[in-house]
Amino acid sequence: MTIYAAIFYILAGVILVATGLAITRRNLVHSIVYLVISFFGSAMLYYLFGAPLLAALEIIIYAGAIMVLFLFIIMMLRVEPSALRKPTLRQWLPAGVLGLIYIAVAILVVTTDPGSQTILETALVRPRVFGRFLFQRYWLSVEIVSFLLLIALIGALYLGKAFAKESGDQKEDQA
Amino acid sequence: MIVPYSHILMLAGILFAMGVFCAVARRNLIMMLIGVEIMLNAAGLVFVAAALRWQQLEGQVFVLFIFAIAAAEVSVGLALIVYAYRRTGSLDPETYNILKW
Repeated sequence: MTIYAAIFYILAGVILVATGLAITRRNLVHSIVYLVISFFGSAMLYYLFGAPLLAALEIIIYAGAIMVLFLFIIMMLRVEPSALRKPTLRQWLPAGVLGLIYIAVAILVVTTDPGSQTILETALVRPRVFGRFLFQRYWLSVEIVSFLLLIALIGALYLGKAFAKESGDQKEDQA
Repeated sequence: MIVPYSHILMLAGILFAMGVFCAVARRNLIMMLIGVEIMLNAAGLVFVAAALRWQQLEGQVFVLFIFAIAAAEVSVGLALIVYAYRRTGSLDPETYNILKW
């Protein structure tokens, strides 16, 4: 086992434990913090797989922007700790059986595919190479994605404005 | 020499299953969005690993787009959640049954 394999297994364990804790905590803030740990692990995995720019972006966008946005919303709203759903056995049984079948088939597919046993070699993509490739071959997709982000911004603004207008009407009604 | 590709697929599969569980089994709108985030992250992991395995840069480019999609989805989703919370005063998805009769 090389040092890279050891790093991978340690990171995988940390990610799985942190995500498992995150999805079972009752307190939302605790789950967000565990999820940040999980995303840091993912960022290090990206670095291990030779994508340093994506590792930085994972920390900036996922662990930074998105999780802080979640934290803001949780602080804004009065969120009571929520329990897990307690469905009946009749609801769990079909989902569990189908999920187990999928897991068995996936393990079979992954283990019998001869190509999946190839051991990955380390490589590194420099940010300069990555950026040049991105803007030479996929500049149209970048423009489309930027347009999508603009639409998301406008949508979020509209949703905020729509409520402000409605509550203003209600206040006038009450007055 | 890192690890076989199948181990990364297993890791991402388990992460994706955790995301599905979080989106389905939690009784909270914010936790459902978080489940979607975990699923997107697992998909990105597979893309980067595949880019390394086939030595093609397209995989990493797609992860960049996944980041953008995740950011857009979270901003609109959280705006919707705040809007719905102000209307109903609850984050429990089972209280949104206004169309039921």
